[in-house]
Amino acid sequence: MSLLADLPNAILQGVLLGGLYALVAAGLSLIFGVMRLVNIAHGDLIVLASYIAYAVISATGLHPLLSLVIVIPMMATIGYGLQRLILNRTVGPDILPPLLVTFGLSVMIQNGLLEVFSADSRKLQAGPIETIAVSLPGGLAVGVLPVLMFALAVAVIGGLQLVFYRTELGRAFRATSDDPEVAQLMGINHAHLFGLAMALALAVCGVAGVLMGIRGIFDPSIGPPRLLFAFEAVIIGGLGSLWGTLAGGILLGVAQGIGAAIDPGWQILMGHLVFLLVLVLRPRGLFARAPA
Amino acid sequence: MPDPLLRTEALVAHYGDFQALFGIDMHADEGETIAVIGANGAGKTTFLRSLTGLLRGAPTSIRFAGQPIGGMAPDRIVRLGIAMVPEGRRLFPSLSVRENLLLGGYPRRKGPWDLRRVEALFPILAERARQPATSLSGGQQQMVAIGRALMSNPRLLLCDEISLGLAPIIIRDIYATLPRIGAEGTTVLVVEQDTNQVLAAADRVYCLLEGRVSLEGPAASLSRAEIARAYLGAH
Repeated sequence: MSLLADLPNAILQGVLLGGLYALVAAGLSLIFGVMRLVNIAHGDLIVLASYIAYAVISATGLHPLLSLVIVIPMMATIGYGLQRLILNRTVGPDILPPLLVTFGLSVMIQNGLLEVFSADSRKLQAGPIETIAVSLPGGLAVGVLPVLMFALAVAVIGGLQLVFYRTELGRAFRATSDDPEVAQLMGINHAHLFGLAMALALAVCGVAGVLMGIRGIFDPSIGPPRLLFAFEAVIIGGLGSLWGTLAGGILLGVAQGIGAAIDPGWQILMGHLVFLLVLVLRPRGLFARAPA
Repeated sequence: MPDPLLRTEALVAHYGDFQALFGIDMHADEGETIAVIGANGAGKTTFLRSLTGLLRGAPTSIRFAGQPIGGMAPDRIVRLGIAMVPEGRRLFPSLSVRENLLLGGYPRRKGPWDLRRVEALFPILAERARQPATSLSGGQQQMVAIGRALMSNPRLLLCDEISLGLAPIIIRDIYATLPRIGAEGTTVLVVEQDTNQVLAAADRVYCLLEGRVSLEGPAASLSRAEIARAYLGAH
């Protein structure tokens, strides 16, 4: 009885959480799509963004959501620099070098954060808005902040979609993804374009880091689990589709929500099970673009 | 005498240990249409890859408008005004017909060609603007590839095997557009294995054989026997 009664609420909370997972996954998907680089440090870069926001808030007293004004440009700059100085030397026909280098980067970020911020758990305090909830019909209640964060996540993914399909930069990204050699013959400078892609991806990581930091506690070691959820959302949705990534994130969130309603210990397990199920039934993901 | 638009001197190219070009000397003057013919494996595509920067060579072995461009990155060479219609067309499958054309304009070079004029040259491309580029017929895809290259307003247009895999009547249509491109002052360099169409369209011809120039001269003055010998080698 109690499970059935909890189900609508579990699904609702799962959808809201899934928006955040999709946001975490969007940058990963973007980078893989444009330059076939699997960024193992992706989760740690999101945690780095959470800590940058923490430092900015400590220094200025800004509200976490307003700290985005500083966090996003900083993350974008880090992304461009990281790509031009390090990652561009690793991308090529072989996908192994970027895997190894970003794995090393992941270890360095974790230990760097540990050194500077200690192993203590932190949280970004969003103030009274964190506890405001709205009652919905059917005895459901939904927090204003999770809804706001979900809307922000959907807006960011929609914005990325617009960049990809309505701008010259997006055309250049898609062309490079299709055929890097001919893209060069169109006057596209790979080093710069990849730098812009990483800047965009880390700007999205900046948003994800701040929202995750408001939603729950974080510490320097929490990057890899975030990477895992991001991978699952991308693969459930299908590579190369941003709306698919959103759907994948939401499905993962809902599975975890239902799992948690059955038994709190089942939350993560249920997410992994749904992921496995999708891999077995539709290995290319639910919304994969047709093979070229 | 003014510098030619393009001049290669002792141009060599290697793939690892394999040498594909053994000292190519050629030139193209502004406004000329040049044919480079040769059998499969003669080095024609390697030659174009060197000109576009996809293969790096010695800086002074290629001069474009007087400037050494050997070893320069491909995206910089496009900005100087060399555009390429690659073999097999190589359109971007995720982009629509119009998006493929627009991407050709990425270097933002000024000149006679823009989307409107390219779609006037190939009206079918305006009709099919929103379709995925690779859903078109072979001949139409070739038009997209040529239009895409023109969008960068090149001073030198390189065409690699534009007749490959197309029906003779389509090949004739495609070749009929070359004089209209040349009329804008663009120098055109066409590489072909099949010599029939290209000899009629070109001012001058270079024939490659095993990575060397085996024959050169005005298209009108070369006899079929001379060309056959240069093309196949003296066996």
